Amino acid sequence: MYPLLLVRYGEISLKGRNRKSFEDLLMRNIKTTLRGTPYGKIRKTFGRIYIETNGSWEEIARRLQQHVFGIVSISPVLRRELELGSIQEGARLILEGLPGQTFKVETRRPNKKFPLTTPEINNALGGFILRSFPHLSVDVHNPDITLHVEIRQEGAFLYSQVIPCLGGLPAGSSGKGILLLSGGIDSPVAGYLSMKRGVAVEGLHFYSYPFTTERSKEKVIELGRLLSPYNAHGSFKLWICHFTEIQKALQTISYPELSITLMRRFMLRIGTELANREKAYALITGDSLGQVASQTMESIYTINSVTNIPIYRPLIGMDKQEIIDISQKIETYETSILPYDDCCTVFVPKNPATRPTIEQALEAEGELDVAGLVEEALSKTHCIDASTSQEII
Amino acid sequence: MHHEIYLDNSATTPVSDQVALAMEPYWAIQYGNPSSPHMRGVAAEKTLRHCRQQISDLLRVHPYELYFTGSGTEANNIAIQGITSAPHFRKHPGHIITTAIEHPSVLNVMKHLETLGWAVTYLDVDKEGQIDLAQFKESLLPETKLVSVMMVNNELGSILPIEAVGEIIQEANTNRSSKIIFHVDAVQALGQIPINIPNSKADLMTFSGHKIFGPKGIGLLYARRGTNLHPILFGGNQEGGIRPGTENMPGIVGLTKAIQIAMEDLETNTKHLLELRAQLISGVNKIEHSYINSPEDGAPHILNIGFEDIRGEVLVHFLEQRRIFVSMGAACSSNRRGTSHVLKAIGMPSEKILGSIRISLAPNITKDQIRYVVSSLGDTVEQIRRIYM
Repeated sequence: MYPLLLVRYGEISLKGRNRKSFEDLLMRNIKTTLRGTPYGKIRKTFGRIYIETNGSWEEIARRLQQHVFGIVSISPVLRRELELGSIQEGARLILEGLPGQTFKVETRRPNKKFPLTTPEINNALGGFILRSFPHLSVDVHNPDITLHVEIRQEGAFLYSQVIPCLGGLPAGSSGKGILLLSGGIDSPVAGYLSMKRGVAVEGLHFYSYPFTTERSKEKVIELGRLLSPYNAHGSFKLWICHFTEIQKALQTISYPELSITLMRRFMLRIGTELANREKAYALITGDSLGQVASQTMESIYTINSVTNIPIYRPLIGMDKQEIIDISQKIETYETSILPYDDCCTVFVPKNPATRPTIEQALEAEGELDVAGLVEEALSKTHCIDASTSQEII
Repeated sequence: MHHEIYLDNSATTPVSDQVALAMEPYWAIQYGNPSSPHMRGVAAEKTLRHCRQQISDLLRVHPYELYFTGSGTEANNIAIQGITSAPHFRKHPGHIITTAIEHPSVLNVMKHLETLGWAVTYLDVDKEGQIDLAQFKESLLPETKLVSVMMVNNELGSILPIEAVGEIIQEANTNRSSKIIFHVDAVQALGQIPINIPNSKADLMTFSGHKIFGPKGIGLLYARRGTNLHPILFGGNQEGGIRPGTENMPGIVGLTKAIQIAMEDLETNTKHLLELRAQLISGVNKIEHSYINSPEDGAPHILNIGFEDIRGEVLVHFLEQRRIFVSMGAACSSNRRGTSHVLKAIGMPSEKILGSIRISLAPNITKDQIRYVVSSLGDTVEQIRRIYM
């Protein structure tokens, strides 16, 4: 019955001179997301977007609600002719079968040519509704149902449902960031939250075959695929770095308790090089403070010191359960908990250091050809489009 | 250079050319449903009857004692739950004896039955993977209704004393009004050691197709005449109502062919496999800090071994790079973290369990290939140790 979807975007309409480019990007993202659904024309007017549907609006709304950042809410809209009887009939159609005891009518009238004024429309519709639905009464302060009426040039628009959406900024509106994607629960959530603020995310996975199974790589590709619909262009570029030689080297150092610290330092070095090469402005990790030995303040300090590129840690203040809740919402959880070893779990020493210092790390790294190992790992890094599993580079 | 050396035949085998050829017409030409009234159906029914007859001849049982199932797991479930789901047991669950080293498709049924009030005794095994017959005899209670013991263990290859267990049960049954039912999971025994169903005194026996160069998706349950199985799946009247669902004709034809070949070649194959196994053992023994987990007199096709300071999982992936395919423990559990319940049951410390792999042979493996496998084991083990040391 609703042929039109009204899309509201909040924050981006505040973005001053960038507003137009934000809006254009949001329009593009909506079109990418809706590929294959029965949507018609998309129009942008006065800080809102209208999407024509052929009446089956639910699938379109569901996709927008699930995947498109930058949208605050959506309403399915009934379009009627600019004539009171037709508007009343529309009100009846919308209210029929809606739960609730109280209502109010809220009218906007940008089309000043319409013969009735705003209070007159409110009165005429309110009276009609009271007569048609004896169980309803008016409550202008805290109504169960709010019937919105907009008198516009192209007709009268009526709606009551407001479906809350993801918010955030349009995917890709901020810039590129590289997500260290391990295969656990946390890193996909960190990627999702970065995408929410407009980061165009690319993944970087450290692969230690034959110390880990090929299934662990397939798992990370699947996580990338699951993140694609939230990301810029609806796709997800995944860099797979051959990390085996570094893992082997780390097993030889005289300070086994530092191997995780050194491993993370190697990961950041490789991430930084890749970010510079790919013109990314940040690395993104799933660190949550104090969760494991490499995520204590001391560890993060020592690990972080190998790079001066910003590192985003969107999960830093989250408890495990909060992270799990999001990963279930974005449907990465089931894949993340598949029990294949990733490179963080195969090589865990018996007693990893929880308070490593930079001096200790430098001393342990003195035994290794750090630059050579990083260069070799980078030279064996290739790239996959996780949404299609196609090799890119 | 070899193409690949597949040594995970206890997980599954490829379908042999002869089996694939036998199955071929049953996909698109002889596609009939044995229940259909027309010629297509009659032809299929004839094939079905013929296959059942042929297997019953090979196994020396009556054709009506055989039920085709969807897998070995399904056959185990139908066998065990087919006994325990008798209406009488709903209010009066009884007692079952099984072993600690059964396949998950038996052990997890037992766990389920425990939630329904059944008491289950899990027989211990010694370091050879053997049960103690005296302990078994002592475990028999007046309310014991079912005994389930596997013929060959899938991780170790230990051969359990089925005939002795059967005799003890038969003796106990002489002065019982309700007989103890004896179920044997013989999935890993078929085609590997001689199976004599009448001598075993088994009432129920489980087999599977894809461990003997037959197709996946087909299993077989033997149920001695007079064994009262209660259906756990409901549907049409196929397989005596015990396993409803349209018969998997290509699978049944493939299974029949695979059993036929396996039984015909049993003697030659056993001799060959025992030679390969001995060759492997002597090769592994020459590698430093290695150990053999399988018993000396185990089934000819399974050898479980281990190496100190090594993770079996890592060794599997290193060998894979040389296109040698082995597994850690059983394929069904090795995807999961945690250690093998079988190796735990024979009293191995978890360090040693983590360092273990299972090699399962097949008749098409040559001595040259085993020579290469042994030298690869030596090389890779040393290579991994160097990394970790």
